[in-house]
Amino acid sequence: MAEQRSYRLSTEQIELRDAVATLARERIAPRAAEVDRTAEFPWDNTKLLASQDILALPFPEEYGGLGADLLTVCLAIEALSSACATTGLILAVHELASLPIVTKGTKEQRDQWLPDLAAGKSLISFAITESGAGSDAGSIAMRATRDGDDYVLDGAKRFITHGSVAGLVVVFAVSDPAAKRHRNLSCFVVETNRPGFSIGRLEHKMGIRGSPTAELLFDGVRIPATNRIGAEGEGFAIAMSTFERSRPGIAAQAVGIAQGALEFAAHYAKERVQFGKPIAEQQMVQALLADMDASTEAARQLLYAACAAIDSGDGDGARWAAVCKLVAGDAAMRVTTDAVQVLGGYGYIEDFPVERMMRDAKITQLYEGTQQIQRLVVARSLLARS
Amino acid sequence: MRIVVLVKPVPDTTGQERLGPDLRVDRVGVPAVVNANDEYALEAALKLVEAAGEGEVTLLAMAPAGAPETLRKALAMGAHRAVLVTDPALGGSDTLTTVRVLGAALRRLEYDLVLAGADTSDGGGGVVAAGIAVTLGLPYLSYAAKIEPSADRVVVHRLSAVGYDELEAGLPALVVATQALGEPRYPSLKGIMAARSKEILTWSLTDLELGDAPVGGAVTTTAVVETHAPPARAATRVVRGPAGGAAAEVVAFLAERRLI
Repeated sequence: MAEQRSYRLSTEQIELRDAVATLARERIAPRAAEVDRTAEFPWDNTKLLASQDILALPFPEEYGGLGADLLTVCLAIEALSSACATTGLILAVHELASLPIVTKGTKEQRDQWLPDLAAGKSLISFAITESGAGSDAGSIAMRATRDGDDYVLDGAKRFITHGSVAGLVVVFAVSDPAAKRHRNLSCFVVETNRPGFSIGRLEHKMGIRGSPTAELLFDGVRIPATNRIGAEGEGFAIAMSTFERSRPGIAAQAVGIAQGALEFAAHYAKERVQFGKPIAEQQMVQALLADMDASTEAARQLLYAACAAIDSGDGDGARWAAVCKLVAGDAAMRVTTDAVQVLGGYGYIEDFPVERMMRDAKITQLYEGTQQIQRLVVARSLLARS
Repeated sequence: MRIVVLVKPVPDTTGQERLGPDLRVDRVGVPAVVNANDEYALEAALKLVEAAGEGEVTLLAMAPAGAPETLRKALAMGAHRAVLVTDPALGGSDTLTTVRVLGAALRRLEYDLVLAGADTSDGGGGVVAAGIAVTLGLPYLSYAAKIEPSADRVVVHRLSAVGYDELEAGLPALVVATQALGEPRYPSLKGIMAARSKEILTWSLTDLELGDAPVGGAVTTTAVVETHAPPARAATRVVRGPAGGAAAEVVAFLAERRLI
């Protein structure tokens, strides 16, 4: 039976979390509605996250990072996301896309790329998904053909967060077509200013509308073989290993979205007067709010426990990552839907933020592995333990 | 460029300020933050040191023993160290004690400039900085919208009702900051982490040369004899919503009452 790991937030974690929460409340929340309405990537928020060292959180100190553990990074993502899911995602993707370089990169690769990432001078994307390969990541078709000291990349990636604003893309491509499935992929870092790289379509989305979701086109993009992360054929394993530290980040985004919706709905219920008193005094409204609070808190505690387990090297990190993302995503959808319900008709109009939060929440059930994929991982782990 | 910034922990104004049973401000039950005007002074000091490319900013506070936690945020903004004068006898002190104690503390420090906020959100006296300047014989340059130090002098633009006056004095000098100097920075995360290891010197009254006259809460020159709450306001109506509709509602409200 897996050892029980409990967490306790240190004073420093609380200070960091509160500093991010203050920034989120004072500088990011006021623009959240506009970011959603214009669907423009918030470069100003990105610069703010960089100048406040928030983008430095996930990187080792030797590269100018803060060397924060997964729980601390998730605290920051959660705090940002309760104000603006798009902005929370900036930190979440910065962390997750860097993971292959941080965890599997050679010293030369880490020296080359991590300092600018830690300083927030450059953004990074994670490109595995293709039009024909979503949940079925093993069937990607993009090719990486070895040519002397280089690789040449041909193909297209789809639904890549930050793909159009990143300076670096971590790409997974078939380097050995003859190899077995799951052994045929390699992982590469591509600087987006290389010839042959271009942006295709940008998606118009239900939510996180300020976050650019791009199609990336690789037409004979030549990269040095030193841009390959890990060994040839190790790509799939690298992708799978990053999920352990990337899925909690999305769970944190979901918990943050839920918390933002919960707080707004509770505040609204105290002010909205119907039948001569605030609706917060009506038991049906209290029941809604109570269930929203319970869902959010449960998702939060599971997330923190998962982070502690993963940080301490728990052997079943994949299960922890999947179960916290599963619970948090469903909680966010339920809580934001109920937040709209608490506001009634006002919840349905743009003047109030809860409809945006509900639209934002949906993606947490879809990306970084659909809820159905998370369930497969959880079941597999459970049955192996039984 | 050595700058001392006077800072005071005050009750967080976003919370409920309370008076204790002794009619003094309840500093125990309410979380403390650095006085907002002092943050503007600190921001100005940090900018001056950054522009000079060298120098240090020292915080100086007279406060209860729990103050170090409150001073951490100011240290996280970039101050290099803090000096805290704390002593049980100082509880309930008046302005005069504060002037004498901070003046005595400054005599133990070396500085080119002392920066202070215009007043505090709890006491609201606005005279401590002037009292210190008089006590120490420092030039007093108040309500600064601009501060331009050079090797041995400082030029200050002092806000006035019609614009500003340009003042000049030799160093060391005391300058009172205004919000016109610029918004205080948010502490960066690296700043927050570095603050934990910055030095906070703690001095008690016995560490200061105060002369023979007693100081502290026992010898205040003022006393609070009574307090009253302001009369309750009539029910207020809050107009929310997008600007167009809200404006129409406000106009209708005023027109109904024949105010416009």
